[in-house]
Amino acid sequence: MNKTVLDFWVGLFVIAGVVALLFLALKVGSTSAVSAANSYEVVARFDNIGGLKPRAPVKSAGVVVGRVADIRFDNETYEAAVTLRLDKRYAFPKDTSAGIMTSGLLGEQYIGLEAGGDSELLKDQDKLFLTQSAVVLENLIGQFIYGKAQEGAPE
Amino acid sequence: MLRQSIEKLGHRTIQGVWRIGFAARFFLAVLLHSGTAFRRFGLTIREMYFTGVLSLIIILVSGLFVGMVLGLQGYETLQTYGSEEALGVLVALSLVRELGPVVAALLFASRAGSAITAEIGLMKATEQLSAMEMMAVDPIARVVAPRFWAGVISMPLLAALFSAMGIFGGYLVGVQLIGVDEGAFWSQMKNAVDFEQDILNGVIKSVVFGIAITTIALFEGYDAPPTAEGVSRATTRTVVTSSLVILALDFVLTAFMFRGLS
Repeated sequence: MNKTVLDFWVGLFVIAGVVALLFLALKVGSTSAVSAANSYEVVARFDNIGGLKPRAPVKSAGVVVGRVADIRFDNETYEAAVTLRLDKRYAFPKDTSAGIMTSGLLGEQYIGLEAGGDSELLKDQDKLFLTQSAVVLENLIGQFIYGKAQEGAPE
Repeated sequence: MLRQSIEKLGHRTIQGVWRIGFAARFFLAVLLHSGTAFRRFGLTIREMYFTGVLSLIIILVSGLFVGMVLGLQGYETLQTYGSEEALGVLVALSLVRELGPVVAALLFASRAGSAITAEIGLMKATEQLSAMEMMAVDPIARVVAPRFWAGVISMPLLAALFSAMGIFGGYLVGVQLIGVDEGAFWSQMKNAVDFEQDILNGVIKSVVFGIAITTIALFEGYDAPPTAEGVSRATTRTVVTSSLVILALDFVLTAFMFRGLS
């Protein structure tokens, strides 16, 4: 058995396998996890988060600036406390507002950040005070029907 | 009559338990004697040629066709919802998470696992293993362990090649043939596929499958009755058992990995 020829083929096989793995890692997938070292966390409270899930993107002006790290229910205020992990490269003013948006009609939900005008910047573990809850379709339909009913009601 | 059938059942049960115990001891012995497989890495490389390199053709061709079929079928379904651009996501996720590791493992079991069993079974039948023992060469260290590690190393590489090839096949059919937008195909795929959650879990799956297949194949060969019929039966059993074990393990692993995603 010619050892060198064999080694060559096995080497080729291993290289092909590693290239395939790299292709999967770089071209097909992307790491959504923002590493803890390059990020800071802020907490936003919402009355209703709709279908928001951990790891959902946080976008500002449509650009992904972070991810939802954690969602908890606060039993004292009966609100949802959503921890956002934001990339350190992006700083936001203190009065930035957060809203839960939906990409497309039936798409996934994400958090949209709207920068405010404050001169102070958000720091780690800060809280966002201006939040806008998710739009719940049932409430919307309910309001619409209520509005229609009032329109038609005799004075 | 009744007594006989009960005796038979008991005998079978005891045999089964005995085999499982022997298999566990065998697996431990392989792990303990793995030193040789790494110290004389040439042995492992030689086995990687037979299990890995020679499986390449079937893995690559099947990967390509599976990806192409996914492209066609996925397009048909997604088209009804007007979201053809999600084709890349569908092809990539189903390949990376499930089809890549599982189908590659099934092919590997029938292509390489059966060969390992037949080879070791024949070595035993022709008393080559006993001859090695006579020469104070441990057959587990010299014959079994290199094959084990070769299989464990080859399997994730083959699964990755299968997935990559499948995604290429899906790209060929989806983008080149049907005309899904190329940019949307890749960018949506990239957005939806997560490196840790999807790709790394797929790799972990294939490593586990590699361990399971090679252990079963080696054990069946080592345990085969030293006759022509015994070896042929052991080879069949390798393919059947490892296929079932792959599917069962896949369910267990998937339940562990993707339960937390909600």
